[in-house]
Amino acid sequence: MAARPAAAKKTILVTGAAGSLAKRVIARLHGRYQVIAVDFRQKVETDANIPSYKVDLHKRGFEDIFRNHKIDAVIHIGRFFAHEQDRQRRYNANVLGTKKLLELCRKYFVKQVMIHSTYYVYGASPYNPALLDEDAPLKASEVTQDLVDSVELESLAQIYLWKYPELNITILRPCNVLGPGVRNSMSLLLSRGIAPVLLGFSPMMQFLHVDDMADAVVVAFEQNKPGIYNVAPEDWVAFQEAVTQSGCSKLPIPSIPPVLPKMWSNLLNWNAFFPPYLINYFKYPVIIDGRLFRDTFGWKPRRSLNDIFGYYRKSKLLAA
Amino acid sequence: MAIKDVLRGLASFSPGESLYRKIVTPEVEAAIEKIPKPVGSFGYDPWGYNENAVKVSLGVTKWLYDHYFRVTANGLENIPPNGRLLIIGNHSGQLPMDGVLLGTALATNPHGPRAARAMIERFFPTVPYLGNLLNSIGAVIGDPLNCAKMLESDEVIIVFPEGVRGSGKLYKDRYKLQRFGNGFMHLALTHKTPIIPVGIVGCEETMPAVANIAPLAKILGVPYVPVAPPFPLPARVHLNFGKPMQFKCNMESEDEVTALVEEVKTEIRRLIALGLEQRKEIY
Repeated sequence: MAARPAAAKKTILVTGAAGSLAKRVIARLHGRYQVIAVDFRQKVETDANIPSYKVDLHKRGFEDIFRNHKIDAVIHIGRFFAHEQDRQRRYNANVLGTKKLLELCRKYFVKQVMIHSTYYVYGASPYNPALLDEDAPLKASEVTQDLVDSVELESLAQIYLWKYPELNITILRPCNVLGPGVRNSMSLLLSRGIAPVLLGFSPMMQFLHVDDMADAVVVAFEQNKPGIYNVAPEDWVAFQEAVTQSGCSKLPIPSIPPVLPKMWSNLLNWNAFFPPYLINYFKYPVIIDGRLFRDTFGWKPRRSLNDIFGYYRKSKLLAA
Repeated sequence: MAIKDVLRGLASFSPGESLYRKIVTPEVEAAIEKIPKPVGSFGYDPWGYNENAVKVSLGVTKWLYDHYFRVTANGLENIPPNGRLLIIGNHSGQLPMDGVLLGTALATNPHGPRAARAMIERFFPTVPYLGNLLNSIGAVIGDPLNCAKMLESDEVIIVFPEGVRGSGKLYKDRYKLQRFGNGFMHLALTHKTPIIPVGIVGCEETMPAVANIAPLAKILGVPYVPVAPPFPLPARVHLNFGKPMQFKCNMESEDEVTALVEEVKTEIRRLIALGLEQRKEIY
């Protein structure tokens, strides 16, 4: 009897498949693994042999995917950004959706789960020391209610991580991920010709190219060493320098009293790229220590800060 | 004719570049070049230290160091050219001029320049411009995690264990060491870091305070409001660096740590006495 290579391949479910990061992760895994693409926004166009579904994680239809496929691993990247939905719907999708996903993983004996979190969970505060370790307290919900879902999603994943070791959960907390196709707030901000900055505040920041982040996800998936990891390069730059390097003109916003920039943001509807709840992140640094991830997985980003900013510079020149 | 020349001179006057050259002298530039300090691709470190900002500020403080405070520094050869280090000194003079001059002495040390880090109060990052400026020249908020990570990456940290007790004391108490905190010794023991004691003489006379308006300080939320000259007076400053002190201890009790702190204090007292002896004139 002929061997059945297709059946021998592990099956991996990737959520958020329409996003720039998940697309890159799928491209890297495709061929070696059987990939299933899921997104709540749209049915993603994929290669012929990648099944693709449009489904909400917290709705019942989601379980059918687990019934119809023998899923070995899940890479959970899909997330509503705060500018995409109102708070209630986002909470349902992000927190309850993740809860549902983790429950299904247990029910259908999934052997590995990767959770894509964010450095936002640490919260931006003037008292932050630099190079936060993974065990630093998660203070984001202190900053704003709009980040509660990020923190709760993390807490949920952590509970499952300690309670159900058989799920082999890995939580990644990347710094700002940027690059072609990325639609998070920071990327939308740097894509603009004129970028708002807070007068007198230019916190240190870390940036990672989306291709490097995709490599990080894949390397962590393949080596399967469960735990919580910051993902960041060993390079730092002040926010206003990043804005300049990306070819943006600066629009200085009065920063005192603190309600003022929030008011501006609300008034001018800057929710996508300079949202009121992220004002503190443009004011105070959240510098994470990515050493544990780099040493554990032997990963190093291959694109420099200049490569990253270069993309934003060039796309502005092309648009002009 | 003369007026024409003046006008022409004014027209071609561009203060930026020439002023920059005057402040950032080749000497300053060379010192920064030699500092063994890793920075990222844009010249920053994780705490916001920035090479370009350091160049300008060192240019300014070097001028103050040479011409205003006319600093005499002895024992600079005791400072190792690399590796983690704690610089422990006496604090005085209301404004942290002693820290500034120490930092300048270390950054321009002919035996191997170092970029020293200072610990600042936690409210500074909330002040626009000032917070970023202080970070860019090497100051960070005094968080234990910052200290630990800095020592682990072989940085030099300046600590005044007297804190505001030292800097805020009145002129009548000059050169009397106040109570030392034990924090620096814990850091030195945990991270196996040598300590360089330094006796600072002269900063007491830069801002002699006759009284402290405590109620006003309370209202303003600052540690003290001295009755003192409105700016630092040009007193001559003597810095005496001691030999590196390396401590070992199992830290079974806080008393043990306090005893070691006392050793450092004694050495600093000796270095201050030495400085007072060397000093021939105050201003």
